[in-house]
Amino acid sequence: MALRLATRRLALAQQAPKVFRRGMATPTASDTLAHTKGEPLSTISEATSASRAPIPPSKTTTIKEPETDPQAKIKTFHIYRWNPDEPTSKPKMQSYTLDLNKTGPMMLDALIRIKNEVDPTLTFRRSCREGICGSCAMNIDGVNTLACLCRIPTETAKESRIYPLPHTYVVKDLVPDLTQFYKQYKSIKPYLQRDTPPPDGRENRQSKADRRKLDGLYECILCACCSTSCPSYWWNSEEYLGPAVLLQSYRWIADSRDEKTAARKDALNNSMSLYRCHTILNCSRTCPKGLNPALAIAEIKKSMAFSS
Amino acid sequence: MPRLSGLQKDVLVLYRRCLRACRAKPADTRSNFQAFARREFEKNMALNKKDFSTIEFMLRKGTRQLEIYEAPGVTNIAG
Repeated sequence: MALRLATRRLALAQQAPKVFRRGMATPTASDTLAHTKGEPLSTISEATSASRAPIPPSKTTTIKEPETDPQAKIKTFHIYRWNPDEPTSKPKMQSYTLDLNKTGPMMLDALIRIKNEVDPTLTFRRSCREGICGSCAMNIDGVNTLACLCRIPTETAKESRIYPLPHTYVVKDLVPDLTQFYKQYKSIKPYLQRDTPPPDGRENRQSKADRRKLDGLYECILCACCSTSCPSYWWNSEEYLGPAVLLQSYRWIADSRDEKTAARKDALNNSMSLYRCHTILNCSRTCPKGLNPALAIAEIKKSMAFSS
Repeated sequence: MPRLSGLQKDVLVLYRRCLRACRAKPADTRSNFQAFARREFEKNMALNKKDFSTIEFMLRKGTRQLEIYEAPGVTNIAG
């Protein structure tokens, strides 16, 4: 039955004369004119709105001004900004304020919060957030350190200033260009060099005492905090290797399994590579991992003095 | 020809290095590389010549670009 009805309706529609078929989008002139008959639109709208006073938007909106928390610990961070896409613009300091109660305890937490909530264009390196990758090395309140290991000072009166590592070319904002640093690291051949195979054909073993010589050396994560804090490295970064790389160099000189110790020392035996260290000791002061690169450099100097 | 400053010499040295690197490229795409090098320099022709820090930055950027493009694996470039 339903099917028959449907077919009949279809048939009717087809029989309808062409006069009544009218597109939806093409109203005739009489339709559009109907509204404007009588008074003009402006007078109508005035008459309706005069009956009640306009309500200010502050009363109609459900969004309220954020209430200021009396307990809030507002701290200001001044952060170095520079964008390579506008090379003619000068670097500038930008200020951000954060409530420390809503921020994690470390500088990296503050930076991540600024990037997430305030300014997504802020650029910095970070990875492990626990001081094992060495990505977030920067100059915080005048000290080179890892942002993830640096607590935010809780006194809010003092403002924190964050810069990239000093005397490095800046890639963007807080990101330094460490190409030179890595090139120098490569130049000391930081791998085990042996010509003789191990006696039992399996592993290169070493005694516990020999292994203990590497403690305080192998923990270095190459964050470049110490090298970029060394004035001697600032002025001679092309030739002087810098504390971080020299510490690594000593790590391989001190290794009992390495057989190229003499060659390694020979490579350092010139006026620039090693002897630009004037025991300023900024490196040991600043090392965020608590290592002592100055001691390692002194050990290299000592062994060079005794061997030659 | 007036005496060039050190920075101006550095820029010319970089441009000459770029043109030399072009010679190592295959003959049929060489003109693309030359046009590219020229365009990269022309982009910054309007730089203020007293703006040393910017020019030094552009020099470092250019050197880095040159090191990438002169690799033998790069055989063509949008001319």
